[in-house]
Amino acid sequence: MKAKQKHQAILQSSFAKPFSRKNFLRMGLLSGTVLVTGLDACKKSDGNMNSGGNTIDVGMGDTGILNFAYALEQLEAAFYTKVATSFYGSIPDAEKQLLTDIRDHEIAHRDFFKAALGADAISTLQFDFSSINFSDRASVLGTAKALEDTGVSAYNGAGAYITNPDYLTLAGKIVSVEARHASAIRDLLQPKSADFAGDDVVNPVTGLDFSRTPNAGSPSIVETANGFLITKISANQLP
Amino acid sequence: MKNTPLIEAAEKEFSQAGSSRREALSKAIRLGLKAAFIALPLGLFEATQNKVFASPTSAVTDILNYALTLEYLENEFYATGLGTAGLIPASDQTVIAQIGKHEASHVTLLKTTIGQLGGTAVDKPEFDFTAGGAFADVFSNYTTFLALANAFEDTGVRAYKGQAAALVGQGDVLTAALNIHSVEARHASEVRRMRGLKGWITNAEAGGLPAAIYAGEDNYLQAGVDVRTLTMAPATAITECFDEPMAMTQVLAIAGGFIK
Repeated sequence: MKAKQKHQAILQSSFAKPFSRKNFLRMGLLSGTVLVTGLDACKKSDGNMNSGGNTIDVGMGDTGILNFAYALEQLEAAFYTKVATSFYGSIPDAEKQLLTDIRDHEIAHRDFFKAALGADAISTLQFDFSSINFSDRASVLGTAKALEDTGVSAYNGAGAYITNPDYLTLAGKIVSVEARHASAIRDLLQPKSADFAGDDVVNPVTGLDFSRTPNAGSPSIVETANGFLITKISANQLP
Repeated sequence: MKNTPLIEAAEKEFSQAGSSRREALSKAIRLGLKAAFIALPLGLFEATQNKVFASPTSAVTDILNYALTLEYLENEFYATGLGTAGLIPASDQTVIAQIGKHEASHVTLLKTTIGQLGGTAVDKPEFDFTAGGAFADVFSNYTTFLALANAFEDTGVRAYKGQAAALVGQGDVLTAALNIHSVEARHASEVRRMRGLKGWITNAEAGGLPAAIYAGEDNYLQAGVDVRTLTMAPATAITECFDEPMAMTQVLAIAGGFIK
Protein backbone atom coordinates (compact mmCIF):
# COMPACT_ATOMS: atom_id res chain seq x y z
CA MET A 1 0.00 0.00 0.00
CA LYS A 2 2.87 2.29 0.77
CA ALA A 3 4.30 1.81 -2.68
CA LYS A 4 0.97 2.81 -4.15
CA GLN A 5 0.89 6.03 -2.15
CA LYS A 6 4.38 6.77 -3.33
CA HIS A 7 3.31 6.15 -6.90
CA GLN A 8 0.37 8.44 -6.50
CA ALA A 9 2.60 11.17 -5.14
CA ILE A 10 4.94 10.79 -8.10
CA LEU A 11 1.99 10.76 -10.42
CA GLN A 12 0.57 13.97 -9.00
CA SER A 13 3.90 15.74 -8.96
CA SER A 14 4.61 14.72 -12.52
CA PHE A 15 1.43 16.37 -13.66
CA ALA A 16 1.93 19.37 -11.40
CA LYS A 17 5.33 20.06 -12.87
CA PRO A 18 6.01 20.60 -16.55
CA PHE A 19 8.01 17.36 -16.53
CA SER A 20 6.08 15.29 -19.00
CA ARG A 21 5.23 18.28 -21.08
CA LYS A 22 8.87 19.08 -21.60
CA ASN A 23 9.65 15.55 -22.70
CA PHE A 24 6.83 15.35 -25.14
CA LEU A 25 7.50 18.80 -26.45
CA ARG A 26 10.88 17.50 -27.46
CA MET A 27 9.06 14.90 -29.51
CA GLY A 28 6.88 17.52 -31.08
CA LEU A 29 3.80 15.81 -29.79
CA LEU A 30 1.99 18.96 -28.84
CA SER A 31 2.06 20.51 -32.25
CA GLY A 32 -1.34 19.25 -33.37
CA THR A 33 -4.74 20.52 -32.48
CA VAL A 34 -7.85 18.82 -31.23
CA LEU A 35 -11.26 19.86 -32.35
CA VAL A 36 -13.77 19.68 -29.58
CA THR A 37 -17.23 20.25 -30.91
CA GLY A 38 -20.33 20.91 -28.91
CA LEU A 39 -18.53 20.60 -25.61
CA ASP A 40 -18.83 24.08 -24.26
CA ALA A 41 -20.33 22.85 -21.03
CA CYS A 42 -17.56 20.35 -20.42
CA LYS A 43 -14.17 20.87 -18.89
CA LYS A 44 -11.41 19.08 -20.71
CA SER A 45 -9.48 17.63 -17.84
CA ASP A 46 -12.23 16.14 -15.71
CA GLY A 47 -14.58 13.32 -16.47
CA ASN A 48 -17.83 15.17 -16.05
CA MET A 49 -19.15 14.74 -19.52
CA ASN A 50 -22.84 15.13 -20.10
CA SER A 51 -24.70 12.74 -22.30
CA GLY A 52 -26.54 14.12 -25.26
CA GLY A 53 -25.58 14.86 -28.81
CA ASN A 54 -22.03 15.89 -28.04
CA THR A 55 -19.31 14.43 -30.17
CA ILE A 56 -15.59 14.67 -29.61
CA ASP A 57 -13.49 14.62 -32.74
CA VAL A 58 -10.10 13.03 -32.20
CA GLY A 59 -8.33 15.53 -34.43
CA MET A 60 -6.05 15.27 -37.40
CA GLY A 61 -2.65 13.85 -38.34
CA ASP A 62 -0.49 11.98 -35.88
CA THR A 63 -2.21 13.67 -32.95
CA GLY A 64 -5.57 12.51 -34.24
CA ILE A 65 -4.34 8.94 -34.54
CA LEU A 66 -2.87 8.99 -31.05
CA ASN A 67 -6.13 10.43 -29.69
CA PHE A 68 -8.05 7.74 -31.51
CA ALA A 69 -5.80 5.16 -29.83
CA TYR A 70 -6.28 6.97 -26.53
CA ALA A 71 -10.07 6.68 -26.90
CA LEU A 72 -9.83 2.93 -27.57
CA GLU A 73 -7.47 2.44 -24.64
CA GLN A 74 -9.85 4.35 -22.39
CA LEU A 75 -12.62 2.03 -23.52
CA GLU A 76 -10.58 -1.12 -22.89
CA ALA A 77 -9.33 0.08 -19.50
CA ALA A 78 -12.85 0.95 -18.36
CA PHE A 79 -14.21 -2.39 -19.55
CA TYR A 80 -11.59 -4.55 -17.82
CA THR A 81 -11.76 -2.42 -14.68
CA LYS A 82 -15.45 -3.25 -14.48
CA VAL A 83 -14.74 -6.92 -15.23
CA ALA A 84 -12.16 -7.10 -12.42
CA THR A 85 -14.37 -5.23 -9.96
CA SER A 86 -16.75 -8.20 -9.83
CA PHE A 87 -15.59 -11.23 -11.75
CA TYR A 88 -18.18 -13.61 -13.16
CA GLY A 89 -19.00 -16.58 -10.96
CA SER A 90 -16.64 -19.54 -10.47
CA ILE A 91 -13.92 -17.95 -12.56
CA PRO A 92 -10.70 -20.01 -12.36
CA ASP A 93 -7.71 -18.29 -10.77
CA ALA A 94 -5.68 -18.40 -13.97
CA GLU A 95 -8.47 -16.64 -15.85
CA LYS A 96 -8.77 -14.04 -13.11
CA GLN A 97 -5.03 -13.40 -13.31
CA LEU A 98 -5.15 -13.12 -17.08
CA LEU A 99 -7.97 -10.57 -17.07
CA THR A 100 -6.31 -8.63 -14.24
CA ASP A 101 -3.07 -8.49 -16.23
CA ILE A 102 -4.92 -7.18 -19.27
CA ARG A 103 -6.71 -4.58 -17.15
CA ASP A 104 -3.35 -3.33 -15.87
CA HIS A 105 -1.93 -3.22 -19.39
CA GLU A 106 -4.85 -1.17 -20.71
CA ILE A 107 -4.69 1.21 -17.76
CA ALA A 108 -0.99 1.76 -18.42
CA HIS A 109 -1.67 2.33 -22.13
CA ARG A 110 -4.45 4.80 -21.32
CA ASP A 111 -2.40 6.74 -18.79
CA PHE A 112 0.56 6.81 -21.13
CA PHE A 113 -1.45 8.27 -24.01
CA LYS A 114 -3.04 10.87 -21.76
CA ALA A 115 0.38 12.06 -20.62
CA ALA A 116 1.87 11.82 -24.11
CA LEU A 117 -0.88 13.91 -25.65
CA GLY A 118 -0.82 16.45 -22.84
CA ALA A 119 -2.86 19.50 -23.78
CA ASP A 120 -3.94 17.83 -27.02
CA ALA A 121 -5.60 14.88 -25.29
CA ILE A 122 -9.34 14.41 -25.73
CA SER A 123 -11.45 14.38 -22.60
CA THR A 124 -11.88 11.48 -20.25
CA LEU A 125 -14.69 9.48 -21.82
CA GLN A 126 -17.70 7.97 -20.09
CA PHE A 127 -19.03 4.57 -20.91
CA ASP A 128 -22.24 2.65 -21.12
CA PHE A 129 -21.65 -1.06 -20.65
CA SER A 130 -25.31 -1.92 -20.16
CA SER A 131 -25.17 -4.26 -23.17
CA ILE A 132 -22.74 -6.50 -21.30
CA ASN A 133 -23.72 -9.05 -18.67
CA PHE A 134 -20.68 -8.90 -16.39
CA SER A 135 -21.81 -11.97 -14.44
CA ASP A 136 -21.76 -14.06 -17.61
CA ARG A 137 -18.46 -15.46 -18.84
CA ALA A 138 -19.52 -15.65 -22.48
CA SER A 139 -20.69 -12.03 -22.47
CA VAL A 140 -17.49 -10.76 -20.85
CA LEU A 141 -15.07 -12.79 -22.94
CA GLY A 142 -17.06 -12.18 -26.11
CA THR A 143 -16.79 -8.44 -25.53
CA ALA A 144 -13.11 -8.74 -24.64
CA LYS A 145 -12.48 -10.62 -27.88
CA ALA A 146 -14.26 -7.95 -29.92
CA LEU A 147 -12.40 -5.12 -28.20
CA GLU A 148 -8.98 -6.72 -28.60
CA ASP A 149 -9.52 -7.63 -32.25
CA THR A 150 -10.80 -4.11 -32.86
CA GLY A 151 -7.73 -2.68 -31.18
CA VAL A 152 -5.38 -4.76 -33.33
CA SER A 153 -7.12 -3.84 -36.57
CA ALA A 154 -7.27 -0.17 -35.54
CA TYR A 155 -3.55 0.16 -34.77
CA ASN A 156 -2.64 -1.79 -37.89
CA GLY A 157 -4.94 0.29 -40.06
CA ALA A 158 -3.74 3.62 -38.70
CA GLY A 159 -0.05 2.74 -38.93
CA ALA A 160 0.37 3.77 -42.55
CA TYR A 161 -1.00 7.25 -41.76
CA ILE A 162 1.50 7.95 -38.99
CA THR A 163 4.25 10.28 -40.19
CA ASN A 164 6.54 10.33 -37.16
CA PRO A 165 8.69 7.15 -37.04
CA ASP A 166 8.87 7.27 -33.23
CA TYR A 167 5.10 7.19 -32.94
CA LEU A 168 4.93 4.31 -35.37
CA THR A 169 7.35 2.29 -33.26
CA LEU A 170 5.35 3.24 -30.19
CA ALA A 171 2.13 2.03 -31.80
CA GLY A 172 3.99 -1.14 -32.74
CA LYS A 173 5.01 -1.71 -29.14
CA ILE A 174 1.37 -1.57 -28.12
CA VAL A 175 -0.36 -3.36 -30.98
CA SER A 176 1.57 -6.60 -30.52
CA VAL A 177 0.46 -6.66 -26.88
CA GLU A 178 -3.15 -6.18 -27.99
CA ALA A 179 -2.62 -9.10 -30.37
CA ARG A 180 -1.26 -11.19 -27.50
CA HIS A 181 -4.41 -10.33 -25.55
CA ALA A 182 -6.69 -11.18 -28.46
CA SER A 183 -5.00 -14.55 -28.88
CA ALA A 184 -5.28 -15.39 -25.18
CA ILE A 185 -8.94 -14.37 -24.94
CA ARG A 186 -9.79 -16.32 -28.07
CA ASP A 187 -8.02 -19.36 -26.64
CA LEU A 188 -10.03 -19.07 -23.43
CA LEU A 189 -13.19 -19.22 -25.50
CA GLN A 190 -12.07 -22.03 -27.82
CA PRO A 191 -9.06 -23.74 -26.21
CA LYS A 192 -6.42 -25.25 -28.48
CA SER A 193 -8.44 -24.50 -31.59
CA ALA A 194 -7.29 -22.42 -34.55
CA ASP A 195 -9.23 -19.50 -33.10
CA PHE A 196 -6.28 -17.76 -31.37
CA ALA A 197 -5.42 -16.54 -34.87
CA GLY A 198 -8.61 -17.66 -36.56
CA ASP A 199 -9.52 -17.33 -40.21
CA ASP A 200 -12.09 -14.70 -39.19
CA VAL A 201 -9.32 -12.27 -38.19
CA VAL A 202 -6.27 -13.52 -40.08
CA ASN A 203 -6.72 -13.90 -43.82
CA PRO A 204 -6.16 -17.63 -44.41
CA VAL A 205 -4.61 -17.02 -47.83
CA THR A 206 -2.25 -14.11 -47.14
CA GLY A 207 -1.67 -14.75 -43.44
CA LEU A 208 -2.37 -11.06 -42.73
CA ASP A 209 -4.39 -9.62 -39.88
CA PHE A 210 -7.39 -7.65 -41.13
CA SER A 211 -6.58 -4.01 -40.50
CA ARG A 212 -9.01 -1.13 -40.79
CA THR A 213 -8.85 2.64 -40.83
CA PRO A 214 -11.07 4.38 -38.25
CA ASN A 215 -14.06 4.99 -40.53
CA ALA A 216 -13.78 1.99 -42.84
CA GLY A 217 -16.42 -0.73 -42.93
CA SER A 218 -19.78 -1.09 -41.33
CA PRO A 219 -19.82 -0.93 -38.43
CA SER A 220 -16.60 1.07 -38.51
CA ILE A 221 -14.22 1.03 -35.57
CA VAL A 222 -15.52 4.45 -34.58
CA GLU A 223 -19.08 3.13 -34.64
CA THR A 224 -18.12 0.04 -32.64
CA ALA A 225 -16.45 2.21 -30.01
CA ASN A 226 -19.43 4.56 -29.93
CA GLY A 227 -21.63 1.58 -29.06
CA PHE A 228 -20.02 1.74 -25.60
CA LEU A 229 -19.67 5.51 -25.30
CA ILE A 230 -21.98 8.02 -23.65
CA THR A 231 -20.12 10.88 -25.26
CA LYS A 232 -19.54 9.83 -28.84
CA ILE A 233 -16.29 10.25 -30.70
CA SER A 234 -15.69 10.98 -34.36
CA ALA A 235 -12.59 10.73 -36.51
CA ASN A 236 -13.74 13.06 -39.25
CA GLN A 237 -10.24 14.18 -40.12
CA LEU A 238 -8.84 10.66 -40.37
CA PRO A 239 -9.43 8.05 -43.09
CA MET B 1 8.63 -8.35 -5.20
CA LYS B 2 9.94 -9.89 -8.36
CA ASN B 3 7.62 -12.00 -10.39
CA THR B 4 9.59 -15.22 -10.44
CA PRO B 5 7.04 -18.03 -10.86
CA LEU B 6 7.65 -18.08 -14.59
CA ILE B 7 11.35 -18.64 -14.18
CA GLU B 8 10.70 -21.26 -11.52
CA ALA B 9 8.24 -23.02 -13.78
CA ALA B 10 10.72 -23.00 -16.62
CA GLU B 11 13.48 -24.32 -14.39
CA LYS B 12 11.20 -27.00 -13.06
CA GLU B 13 10.23 -28.00 -16.55
CA PHE B 14 13.80 -28.36 -17.62
CA SER B 15 15.01 -30.07 -14.45
CA GLN B 16 12.27 -32.62 -14.87
CA ALA B 17 13.51 -33.28 -18.34
CA GLY B 18 16.87 -34.30 -16.93
CA SER B 19 20.29 -32.80 -16.54
CA SER B 20 21.32 -33.44 -20.13
CA ARG B 21 18.54 -31.14 -21.19
CA ARG B 22 19.80 -28.46 -18.84
CA GLU B 23 23.30 -28.83 -20.22
CA ALA B 24 21.97 -28.54 -23.72
CA LEU B 25 20.21 -25.34 -22.77
CA SER B 26 23.20 -23.71 -21.18
CA LYS B 27 25.15 -24.68 -24.26
CA ALA B 28 22.44 -23.10 -26.36
CA ILE B 29 22.67 -19.92 -24.36
CA ARG B 30 26.41 -19.77 -24.84
CA LEU B 31 25.93 -20.53 -28.49
CA GLY B 32 23.35 -17.80 -28.73
CA LEU B 33 25.97 -15.31 -27.66
CA LYS B 34 28.65 -16.77 -29.88
CA ALA B 35 26.30 -17.00 -32.79
CA ALA B 36 26.69 -13.29 -33.33
CA PHE B 37 30.22 -13.91 -34.45
CA ILE B 38 30.14 -17.41 -35.83
CA ALA B 39 26.87 -18.16 -37.48
CA LEU B 40 25.74 -14.86 -38.97
CA PRO B 41 24.40 -15.18 -42.48
CA LEU B 42 27.13 -12.89 -43.66
CA GLY B 43 25.94 -12.40 -47.19
CA LEU B 44 22.56 -11.17 -46.09
CA PHE B 45 23.99 -9.11 -43.28
CA GLU B 46 26.53 -7.31 -45.42
CA ALA B 47 24.12 -6.81 -48.25
CA THR B 48 21.64 -5.28 -45.86
CA GLN B 49 24.18 -3.07 -44.18
CA ASN B 50 25.55 -1.74 -47.44
CA LYS B 51 22.41 -1.28 -49.41
CA VAL B 52 19.95 -0.18 -46.82
CA PHE B 53 20.26 3.50 -47.66
CA ALA B 54 21.08 3.10 -51.32
CA SER B 55 17.64 3.97 -52.66
CA PRO B 56 14.15 3.96 -51.25
CA THR B 57 13.07 0.86 -53.14
CA SER B 58 16.11 -1.22 -52.34
CA ALA B 59 15.88 -0.14 -48.71
CA VAL B 60 12.35 -1.51 -48.63
CA THR B 61 13.13 -4.73 -50.48
CA ASP B 62 16.15 -5.30 -48.24
CA ILE B 63 13.89 -5.10 -45.22
CA LEU B 64 11.43 -7.43 -46.88
CA ASN B 65 14.23 -9.87 -47.70
CA TYR B 66 15.27 -9.79 -44.07
CA ALA B 67 11.67 -10.55 -43.11
CA LEU B 68 11.54 -13.28 -45.75
CA THR B 69 14.61 -14.95 -44.26
CA LEU B 70 12.89 -15.10 -40.87
CA GLU B 71 9.69 -16.40 -42.46
CA TYR B 72 11.65 -19.09 -44.34
CA LEU B 73 13.02 -20.16 -40.99
CA GLU B 74 9.63 -20.29 -39.30
CA ASN B 75 7.96 -21.94 -42.27
CA GLU B 76 10.50 -24.73 -42.54
CA PHE B 77 10.51 -25.22 -38.78
CA TYR B 78 6.75 -25.78 -38.57
CA ALA B 79 6.58 -27.75 -41.81
CA THR B 80 9.26 -30.10 -40.52
CA GLY B 81 7.53 -30.42 -37.15
CA LEU B 82 4.16 -31.07 -38.74
CA GLY B 83 5.74 -33.63 -41.05
CA THR B 84 7.41 -35.54 -38.23
CA ALA B 85 5.15 -38.36 -37.08
CA GLY B 86 4.67 -38.56 -33.33
CA LEU B 87 6.20 -35.17 -32.50
CA ILE B 88 3.16 -32.95 -32.06
CA PRO B 89 0.47 -34.36 -29.76
CA ALA B 90 -2.98 -34.65 -31.27
CA SER B 91 -4.25 -31.98 -28.85
CA ASP B 92 -1.86 -29.38 -30.34
CA GLN B 93 -2.02 -30.31 -34.02
CA THR B 94 -4.67 -27.72 -34.89
CA VAL B 95 -2.75 -24.85 -33.32
CA ILE B 96 0.61 -25.74 -34.87
CA ALA B 97 -1.03 -26.32 -38.27
CA GLN B 98 -2.68 -22.89 -38.11
CA ILE B 99 0.65 -21.23 -37.31
CA GLY B 100 2.39 -23.21 -40.05
CA LYS B 101 -0.26 -22.15 -42.54
CA HIS B 102 0.36 -18.48 -41.77
CA GLU B 103 4.14 -18.76 -42.04
CA ALA B 104 3.82 -20.42 -45.44
CA SER B 105 1.51 -17.59 -46.53
CA HIS B 106 3.98 -14.99 -45.29
CA VAL B 107 6.77 -16.53 -47.36
CA THR B 108 4.62 -16.43 -50.50
CA LEU B 109 3.38 -12.91 -49.81
CA LEU B 110 6.85 -11.49 -49.16
CA LYS B 111 8.34 -13.13 -52.25
CA THR B 112 5.52 -11.74 -54.38
CA THR B 113 5.81 -8.28 -52.88
CA ILE B 114 9.58 -8.13 -53.33
CA GLY B 115 9.09 -9.07 -56.97
CA GLN B 116 6.40 -6.44 -57.46
CA LEU B 117 8.75 -3.81 -56.07
CA GLY B 118 11.40 -4.80 -58.61
CA GLY B 119 13.61 -6.56 -56.10
CA THR B 120 14.94 -10.10 -56.05
CA ALA B 121 13.79 -12.39 -53.28
CA VAL B 122 16.67 -14.04 -51.42
CA ASP B 123 16.94 -17.81 -51.65
CA LYS B 124 15.94 -19.91 -48.69
CA PRO B 125 18.99 -20.58 -46.54
CA GLU B 126 19.82 -24.04 -45.26
CA PHE B 127 18.67 -24.36 -41.69
CA ASP B 128 19.98 -26.32 -38.76
CA PHE B 129 17.26 -26.28 -36.15
CA THR B 130 19.50 -28.13 -33.71
CA ALA B 131 21.71 -25.00 -33.71
CA GLY B 132 24.88 -27.06 -33.94
CA GLY B 133 23.54 -29.78 -31.67
CA ALA B 134 22.33 -27.53 -28.83
CA PHE B 135 18.74 -28.52 -29.60
CA ALA B 136 19.51 -32.01 -30.84
CA ASP B 137 16.05 -33.30 -29.94
CA VAL B 138 14.10 -30.44 -31.56
CA PHE B 139 12.09 -32.80 -33.75
CA SER B 140 11.87 -35.71 -31.31
CA ASN B 141 11.03 -33.90 -28.07
CA TYR B 142 7.91 -31.75 -28.23
CA THR B 143 9.02 -29.66 -25.25
CA THR B 144 12.09 -28.57 -27.20
CA PHE B 145 10.07 -27.97 -30.33
CA LEU B 146 7.62 -25.74 -28.49
CA ALA B 147 10.44 -23.85 -26.77
CA LEU B 148 11.98 -23.03 -30.14
CA ALA B 149 8.60 -22.07 -31.55
CA ASN B 150 8.31 -19.63 -28.65
CA ALA B 151 11.78 -18.28 -29.40
CA PHE B 152 11.06 -17.79 -33.11
CA GLU B 153 7.68 -16.12 -32.57
CA ASP B 154 8.82 -13.68 -29.90
CA THR B 155 11.92 -12.86 -31.94
CA GLY B 156 9.77 -12.41 -35.04
CA VAL B 157 7.57 -9.88 -33.26
CA ARG B 158 10.62 -7.90 -32.20
CA ALA B 159 12.16 -8.11 -35.67
CA TYR B 160 9.13 -6.69 -37.51
CA LYS B 161 8.69 -4.01 -34.89
CA GLY B 162 12.33 -3.05 -35.30
CA GLN B 163 11.78 -2.26 -38.99
CA ALA B 164 8.47 -0.41 -38.75
CA ALA B 165 10.04 3.03 -38.45
CA ALA B 166 12.10 2.44 -41.60
CA LEU B 167 8.87 1.78 -43.50
CA VAL B 168 7.14 5.06 -42.61
CA GLY B 169 5.41 6.41 -45.68
CA GLN B 170 5.47 3.05 -47.50
CA GLY B 171 1.69 2.67 -47.49
CA ASP B 172 0.56 -0.85 -48.32
CA VAL B 173 3.97 -2.38 -47.67
CA LEU B 174 3.98 -0.93 -44.16
CA THR B 175 0.41 -2.07 -43.59
CA ALA B 176 1.31 -5.59 -44.72
CA ALA B 177 4.32 -5.65 -42.40
CA LEU B 178 2.14 -4.49 -39.51
CA ASN B 179 -0.46 -7.12 -40.37
CA ILE B 180 2.20 -9.84 -40.27
CA HIS B 181 3.68 -8.40 -37.07
CA SER B 182 0.43 -8.76 -35.13
CA VAL B 183 -0.14 -12.28 -36.43
CA GLU B 184 3.28 -13.28 -35.11
CA ALA B 185 2.22 -11.78 -31.78
CA ARG B 186 -0.97 -13.86 -31.79
CA HIS B 187 1.19 -16.93 -32.43
CA ALA B 188 3.67 -15.97 -29.72
CA SER B 189 0.93 -15.56 -27.13
CA GLU B 190 -0.57 -18.95 -27.94
CA VAL B 191 2.74 -20.82 -27.94
CA ARG B 192 3.83 -19.15 -24.69
CA ARG B 193 0.57 -20.14 -23.02
CA MET B 194 0.97 -23.72 -24.27
CA ARG B 195 4.33 -23.71 -22.49
CA GLY B 196 2.67 -22.61 -19.25
CA LEU B 197 3.86 -19.01 -19.54
CA LYS B 198 1.86 -15.83 -19.78
CA GLY B 199 1.05 -14.72 -23.31
CA TRP B 200 2.99 -11.50 -22.65
CA ILE B 201 6.58 -10.88 -21.65
CA THR B 202 7.16 -9.94 -18.01
CA ASN B 203 10.31 -7.90 -17.38
CA ALA B 204 13.02 -9.58 -19.47
CA GLU B 205 12.13 -13.08 -18.29
CA ALA B 206 13.35 -15.57 -20.85
CA GLY B 207 11.30 -18.64 -19.87
CA GLY B 208 14.33 -20.89 -20.22
CA LEU B 209 15.29 -19.48 -23.63
CA PRO B 210 18.49 -17.57 -24.42
CA ALA B 211 18.42 -14.25 -22.58
CA ALA B 212 19.38 -12.39 -25.77
CA ILE B 213 15.86 -12.91 -27.13
CA TYR B 214 14.37 -10.82 -24.31
CA ALA B 215 17.16 -8.31 -23.79
CA GLY B 216 15.65 -4.88 -23.20
CA GLU B 217 12.08 -6.07 -22.64
CA ASP B 218 12.30 -4.82 -19.04
CA ASN B 219 11.98 -1.25 -20.24
CA TYR B 220 9.95 1.40 -18.41
CA LEU B 221 10.97 4.31 -20.58
CA GLN B 222 8.53 5.16 -23.38
CA ALA B 223 8.83 8.35 -25.43
CA GLY B 224 11.40 9.62 -22.97
CA VAL B 225 9.22 9.20 -19.90
CA ASP B 226 9.33 6.59 -17.14
CA VAL B 227 5.83 5.18 -17.41
CA ARG B 228 5.95 4.19 -13.72
CA THR B 229 5.50 7.88 -12.93
CA LEU B 230 2.33 8.12 -15.03
CA THR B 231 0.16 5.25 -13.90
CA MET B 232 -1.01 3.20 -10.96
CA ALA B 233 -0.52 0.02 -13.00
CA PRO B 234 2.17 -2.18 -11.43
CA ALA B 235 5.71 -2.02 -12.77
CA THR B 236 5.60 -5.58 -14.11
CA ALA B 237 2.49 -4.69 -16.11
CA ILE B 238 4.32 -1.74 -17.64
CA THR B 239 7.03 -4.04 -18.97
CA GLU B 240 4.37 -6.46 -20.21
CA CYS B 241 2.26 -3.90 -22.01
CA PHE B 242 4.99 -2.51 -24.25
CA ASP B 243 6.75 -5.04 -26.49
CA GLU B 244 10.19 -3.82 -27.44
CA PRO B 245 11.68 -3.73 -30.95
CA MET B 246 14.95 -5.41 -31.86
CA ALA B 247 17.57 -4.23 -34.33
CA MET B 248 18.44 -6.31 -37.36
CA THR B 249 21.94 -7.17 -36.13
CA GLN B 250 20.63 -8.60 -32.86
CA VAL B 251 17.88 -10.56 -34.60
CA LEU B 252 20.35 -12.02 -37.07
CA ALA B 253 22.65 -12.95 -34.21
CA ILE B 254 19.82 -15.03 -32.77
CA ALA B 255 18.45 -16.42 -36.04
CA GLY B 256 21.97 -16.97 -37.36
CA GLY B 257 22.45 -19.80 -34.89
CA PHE B 258 19.91 -21.76 -36.89
CA ILE B 259 21.28 -20.98 -40.34
CA LYS B 260 23.97 -23.25 -41.78
